[in-house]
Amino acid sequence: MAEQTVNKDIAKEENLVFKKTSVLTDKVMHYCPGCGHGTAHRLIAEVIEEMNIQSECIGITPVGCSVLMYNYLDVDMQEAAHGRAPALATAVKRLMPEKFVFTYQGDGDLAAIGTAETIHAANRGENITIFFINNGIYGMTGGQMAPTTLPNMKSSTSPYGRDVKMMGNPLKMTELVAQLPGTYYVTRQAVHTPKDVRKAKKAIRKAFENQKLERGLSLVEIVSNCNSGWKMTPLQANEWMVENMFPFYPMGDLKVDGEMVK
Amino acid sequence: MTEEIIIAGFGGQGVLSMGKILAYSGIMQDQEVSWMPSYGPEMRGGTANVTVILSDERISSPILDKFDTAIILNQQSMDKFEKSVKPGGMLIYDGNGIIRHPERKDISICRVDAAEEAAKMENTKVFNMIVLGGYLKVKPLVKLENVIKGLKESLPERHHALLPMNEKAIKRGLEIVQKIHEVNS
Amino acid sequence: MKELKLMKGNEAIAEAAIRAGADAYFGYPITPQSEVLEYLMAEKPHERTGMVVLQAESEVAAINMVYGGAACGRKVFTSSSSPGISLKQEGISYIAGSELPCLIVNVVRGGPGLGTIQPSQSDYFQATKGGGHGDYRLIVLAPSSVQEMADFVKLGFDLAFKYRNPAMILTDGAIGQMMEKVWLEEQQPRMTEFPEWATTGKKPGKERNIITSLDLDSAMQEKFNLKIQEKYREMEENEVRYETFECDDAEYLLVAYGTSARICQKSVQLAREKGIKVGLLRPQTLFPFPKKKISEMASQVKGILSVEMSAGQMVEDIKLSVEGKVKVGHFGRMGGIIHSAEEIVTALEQKIIGG
Ligand SMILES: Cc1ncc(C[n+]2csc(CCOP(=O)(O)OP(=O)(O)O)c2C)c(N)n1
Ligand code: SF4
Repeated sequence: MAEQTVNKDIAKEENLVFKKTSVLTDKVMHYCPGCGHGTAHRLIAEVIEEMNIQSECIGITPVGCSVLMYNYLDVDMQEAAHGRAPALATAVKRLMPEKFVFTYQGDGDLAAIGTAETIHAANRGENITIFFINNGIYGMTGGQMAPTTLPNMKSSTSPYGRDVKMMGNPLKMTELVAQLPGTYYVTRQAVHTPKDVRKAKKAIRKAFENQKLERGLSLVEIVSNCNSGWKMTPLQANEWMVENMFPFYPMGDLKVDGEMVK
Repeated sequence: MTEEIIIAGFGGQGVLSMGKILAYSGIMQDQEVSWMPSYGPEMRGGTANVTVILSDERISSPILDKFDTAIILNQQSMDKFEKSVKPGGMLIYDGNGIIRHPERKDISICRVDAAEEAAKMENTKVFNMIVLGGYLKVKPLVKLENVIKGLKESLPERHHALLPMNEKAIKRGLEIVQKIHEVNS
Repeated sequence: MKELKLMKGNEAIAEAAIRAGADAYFGYPITPQSEVLEYLMAEKPHERTGMVVLQAESEVAAINMVYGGAACGRKVFTSSSSPGISLKQEGISYIAGSELPCLIVNVVRGGPGLGTIQPSQSDYFQATKGGGHGDYRLIVLAPSSVQEMADFVKLGFDLAFKYRNPAMILTDGAIGQMMEKVWLEEQQPRMTEFPEWATTGKKPGKERNIITSLDLDSAMQEKFNLKIQEKYREMEENEVRYETFECDDAEYLLVAYGTSARICQKSVQLAREKGIKVGLLRPQTLFPFPKKKISEMASQVKGILSVEMSAGQMVEDIKLSVEGKVKVGHFGRMGGIIHSAEEIVTALEQKIIGG
C-alpha cells in the first residue's frame, strides 16, 4: 500500500474535529466500500479506548470476511477455526477471568458451523462478549446462502430465492440465545446511520462492562449489509436491509440485565 | 517369584476390587504389580475378569492367556478359563451355581463356598473377601498382614469402619477352603 | 518427594498433569479414556492448583478450547479416543499452524468408524504423519506402562513448549485401563510468567501479539512451512527416544511400542527359551522415529518383525529406516484383539526365520 500524503496544515491538532481511535491500526481495511464490518470494528475499538482496556483485551476472530480483524484492532488477538471462536474465548476467559474477552463472528460462522459452540458457551454463561455480524449471507466465500438468509432471498446457492420448504427457515440465533439462562444481555443493533451507530456503540460498551459483573454472556447482533454478496450498490444494500432484514430481524434489546424485554 | 492370576466372575461380585486388594498387597511387600481388567459393555451385568500379576521382577506382558492361578466364580468363567491354567497350576472356585465342575487332572483344584458362607455371615458384600481368604490359604504368596494393609489402602477412608468385617471374612475363607485335587508342581 | 500409587493409566495421566502444573483440561467423554475427565472432576484441581477443568460440548469444542488456552501461553491439554481424535484434527492442524504448545492424549480404540472400544494401535498413521490438513507433525510419545503414562505428561508438555508444537501421547485402552505402580512427581507450581508470544493482553509500548495460522501470501506461507519443517528436523536430531531389550546378541529383532511392546517382552523370553536369539526395540517416540537405531540394528540382525495391533502401519517407517538391508515383516491383530506372546513367536518363526 502506498504511503498516503497528508496536508500538514489540515492535520494541525487544533483543526481536528475527528480522530481515529488509537486502538485501530493504520492498516487499510480490505472490506468492500460500504460494508458494515469496518464500522463495527471502529466502534469496538473506540469502546476499548474509552474504557481504557486495550491491554486487558483478547479478541477472537472468525473465519469469514473479518478473519483479518487482527490486522486492524491493536489488541492481542487469536484467529479461530470456522465457527469455534466461542470455544477459544471460553478457555481464554476461564484462564484469565480478569481480562476482557470477545469474539467477532459472521452469521455463517456463528449460526451455521458454530451453532453448537455458540449455544453452549451461552448456556454455560461464559463471561464473554460475542459480536455477531448478521449480513444474511456468506460474504467471504462469494455470497452463498447462510442460515440467516431471508425466505425467498437470492444467493449463489439459492439462485431462485430461499425456498424454505427445501432449504429450511432462517435461524434467529439471537432470539434463541436470549432464551438461555446463561445470557445476561442480548441485543440487536445496526450501524448504517449515525443514530444507529451511536446506539450500537452504547450496546457494545454495555456488553464489555457486563464482563465485570460476571453474570453471564453478552451478545450484540449487528444486522449489516453485504453489498457485494447481495449484488447491490452500498446505498441500495442499506435500503434493502431496512426494508427486508429489519422486519425479520427487529432492532432493539431482547434481554437486559438478565431479564427478557417484553 | 512371579504369580499370574486371573479372577473371573459376574460383574458385581467384587472381582475387580478383589484384584485391586491383591495388587495393593503386592505393593505392601515391595513387589511389582499389574491389574488389567476386562472393560466395556461386557462388564454391565455380564462377566468381569481381571488379570493380576505379582512379581519380584519387572512385569513384561500385563495381558496373558495362561495363568498360574485362576479364581473362578461362575459357570461361564469356568468354561472359559479352566483350560487357561498352566499345567501344575491352581484353580480355585466357588461351587455356588456351578453345574460342570472342573475336570483337569494336571492342575490343583480347590473349592471355597464363599457365597454360602457370606449368606451365613448375613453379609453378601464380603463374598469376595472370603474367596480371597481361600486363595491366601492355598497360595501363601502374600502375607495376611500385607493383605490387611492393602485392604486399607484400597478402601476410601470413609469405609474404614468396614475393615474388621472384611478381615473376619478373609479369615473365614482361610478356614473353609477345601482341597479337591492336588498335583505337585 | 515422589509418591507411590497404584493407578490406572488414564488416572495417572490426569494426576501427572495436575502435578506438572497444567493450567487447563478440556475434554468430552468417550470410552476408553473417560477416566481422565472423571478423575480430574473428582480431584477438584481447581482447589488444589487453580487448574481449570471443563467438559466441552464436543471434541471439536474441546480442541478449540485447547487452542484458545494454548494461545494464552498456558499449559493445556485434552484427551480422547480415536473417533474423538478424528474430530479434533481440524483444531490440531490450527494449533500446529499457529505454532502453539499443547498436549493431546489419544487412548486408541479399534476402528475404522465407531469400531470397538477395545485397544488398538490403528491410529499410528494419523498420529505420526500429521493427522489433519497441511504439512505438520506432532511429537508422538508412546508409553508402555502406567509409569510412562505419568512421565510422558511432563515430557510432552516440556517438548511442546520447547518446540512450540503440539505433542501427543499415543496409547491404548489396555494401558489406559490397567493399574500398575506409579511414582508420581511432586506438585510443580503453575506458571506465573508466560511466553512473550502469548496473547495475555497487549503490553503498553509493545507490539500486540497475534496468534494465527493464516497467510494469504504464498511466499510467506512457504517460508513458514520451511521453518516448521526445520523444527521437525531438529526434533529428529535431538528427541528420539527408545528402549532396547536383549538386543546385544540378537539375531532377530522385534519392533513394537506401547501394549504390543509389553507383550513382545514376553515373546522374547519365550523365544529365547526355544533357543532363538531375539531382541526387542521399543520406540518411545514415534515421531521422531528411531530411524538411525533401526538402521544400525538392520546391519546386525537377519530379520525384523514389526508387531502392532494394526494392519501394519509402523512397519512402513521400519522399512524406510532399513532401506532393504534385511527382511522386514509385520504381524498384527486388529479390531481390539491383542496378540498373545506365543502367537508373536510363531509369526516370527514363520514370517521371518522360516520365510
Ligand atoms: C471448516 C471450514 N468450512 C468452510 C470454510 C469456508 N468458509 C470461509 S468463510 C465462510 C462463510 C463466512 O460467512 P459469514 O460467517 O457469514 O461471514 P461473512 O464473510 O459474511 O462476514 C466459509 C463457509 C472454512 N474456512 N472452513
Ligand atoms: S463481501 Fe460482503 S461482508 Fe465481505 S467485505 Fe464485502 S460487503 Fe462486507
